[in-house]
Amino acid sequence: MDEVKTIWSLLETVNDPEVPVLSVVDLGIIRDVRMAGGHPEIVLTPTYSGCPAMDMIRMQIRMVLLEHGFTDTRLTTVLSPAWTTDWMSEKGKEKLVAYGIAPPLPVQTVCHPALFQREEAIACPRCHSYHTTLISEFGSTACKALYRCEDCHEPFDYFKCH
Amino acid sequence: MTTQHTIDYALHLADNALVLGHRNSEWTGHGPILEQDIALSNIALDLIGQARYFYQYAARLMNAAARPGEPEVTEDVLAYLRDSWDFRNCLLVEQANGDWGKTILRQFFFSAYQYYFYKELQRSRDGELSAIAEKALKEVTYHLRWSSEWVIRLGDGTEESHSRMRKALDELWMYTGELFQPADYERSLIPVGVAVDLAEIRPLWEERVREVLKEAKLVHPGSMRADGKATKEWMQGGGKQGRHTEQLGYLLAEMQFLQRAYPACEW
Repeated sequence: MDEVKTIWSLLETVNDPEVPVLSVVDLGIIRDVRMAGGHPEIVLTPTYSGCPAMDMIRMQIRMVLLEHGFTDTRLTTVLSPAWTTDWMSEKGKEKLVAYGIAPPLPVQTVCHPALFQREEAIACPRCHSYHTTLISEFGSTACKALYRCEDCHEPFDYFKCH
Repeated sequence: MTTQHTIDYALHLADNALVLGHRNSEWTGHGPILEQDIALSNIALDLIGQARYFYQYAARLMNAAARPGEPEVTEDVLAYLRDSWDFRNCLLVEQANGDWGKTILRQFFFSAYQYYFYKELQRSRDGELSAIAEKALKEVTYHLRWSSEWVIRLGDGTEESHSRMRKALDELWMYTGELFQPADYERSLIPVGVAVDLAEIRPLWEERVREVLKEAKLVHPGSMRADGKATKEWMQGGGKQGRHTEQLGYLLAEMQFLQRAYPACEW
């Protein structure tokens, strides 16, 4: 059990290469950690099917565990239940704001295809104004949308609901 | 035989996603404005990611059924080393990009199909297929809203954008019928609860298309007869069985070049 605890704390140090303030634990993509026959098995789920960071994340997990004496780590990918932004930790959401990315809203309003459906007001992570406008539902990575603040005039990323 | 049908079905779904993903990626760096270039590239990425899951699943089934000594099949082998007649994608997704309007309309037709399709596939008795569908549906929801809004924006936009959308509609409509024509491998998987019954999702697709085309002020091609009677339209088909338009050959020539010229080359 202690080993499992150690692995969880090591995973806290593996960051998403595209949103480097979030650890894989903050993101909620680690679904299970267990030991089998003296080797770790980690079950993880991708955020998006095409997320290019997943291969790098897998490699980083292997490396960090190897550095701490865990060999032959088995990484298993599960798709169901599908990842949701609800699994992001509160600590993770705070880190996002501090980094300048608006965190996902707790209530999902855009997860159905109704025309011109928009999120409830998204707060600007810099000046906290709700006077913001969607520029594009697809931002610099698959998991983000692009917004603009109409008060401080800064563009910002929004970690969109999923 | 069911395993072979499941392999064919997984390849069909993978090829649909890969071919459209590749077409969309041709816009990367060439989009009309930066934000929409990024949007289409994101959609390409989602589709290629979905394709990978289906290819990985097909490869696992193929390797399990392989005779001893046969070379291992991987997702890369399936994507890069099959030829045009092995691909089972619908003809719609392989059509050349044309202008932005045609690309948007192709995406809209396909996203509307994929949305209702994955919704049903989530209930497949095949646990792998249902898990991929559950994951992909969330992504396709964004694709469908985005492409619907663009069809409306262009159709109900300027005279120029409207006429381009009409032209795109003329060019693409004949490829939409195939989406709902089951291939043999699908037909055999429907009664066992593995494949989606296309007849069930067709009315949902038609309703969405009618709604969006109306909003976009575009005349629905299925309602062009003056007497108001539904026309029996002639539709293209054959892609699901490996009979493709010449467009696919050009696409594969570019996409597969590296692996053909430098076999097993890696980054």
